Amino acid sequence: MSVEIISTKDRVTAFLNGEIDHHTAAAIREEIDKAIAVNKPKMLKLDYSAVTFMDSSGVGLVMGRYRALQPYGGKITVANLSPSIYKVMRLAGIEKIAKITQSDND
Amino acid sequence: MKINNEFRMTIDSKSVNESFARATVAAFAAQLDPTVDEISDIKTAVSEAVTNCIVHAYPQSVGKIYIYAAIIDSDTVKVTVRDKGCGIIDIKQAMEPLFTTLGGERAGLGFAVMESFTDKVRVRSTVGKGTTVTMYKHISGRSNE
Repeated sequence: MSVEIISTKDRVTAFLNGEIDHHTAAAIREEIDKAIAVNKPKMLKLDYSAVTFMDSSGVGLVMGRYRALQPYGGKITVANLSPSIYKVMRLAGIEKIAKITQSDND
Repeated sequence: MKINNEFRMTIDSKSVNESFARATVAAFAAQLDPTVDEISDIKTAVSEAVTNCIVHAYPQSVGKIYIYAAIIDSDTVKVTVRDKGCGIIDIKQAMEPLFTTLGGERAGLGFAVMESFTDKVRVRSTVGKGTTVTMYKHISGRSNE
């Protein structure tokens, strides 16, 4: 599991790579939270293009970052979900707190 | 119910073993020639069950997780994930979607995912003795796509 983070003004994009489970989520969370603390982004985008597996720990990851952005009204987008990742996200009702997109440009 | 093939393994309740456990059960299930979606469902359900053992059953220590999988009636995978941990006080409440005793980074969806991604889930638990989760997943297979 690895995560590459690109920060620009008001915006943090995290490209997630590999498998997201309870074991790997901690390191991902740490990396993203560092970027959030520095940037206080209006938009956090999590890109799942290169994620090969995700269980409900990945949902916890989105919910936790949603809470982290709340104090200053930041928004979350989850992008490029595979069908199996989408299935877990939808079960959680993640669309209530995050925008789901398949595009690279949002 | 005829058992065609079965295996057992015991692993430590260390989070690094989550990927090993789901990959091993998925590899065993591969003999039924499952679809990509079916394999993904099995991996996800096993990952949730094993994570529950690590996070909830043995919160302060490392214990053993006992995994059993079988091919039954030539078309169904049965997976049992058992621990000798703290047990669940209220199984019905534990299985409610979004219920979690941990908060923060846990979504409270473990059992909801297991129920949604397999055909049948049975949970037996005794406080102080441990929990057994049994899941059944019918495999239609790639030849029936």
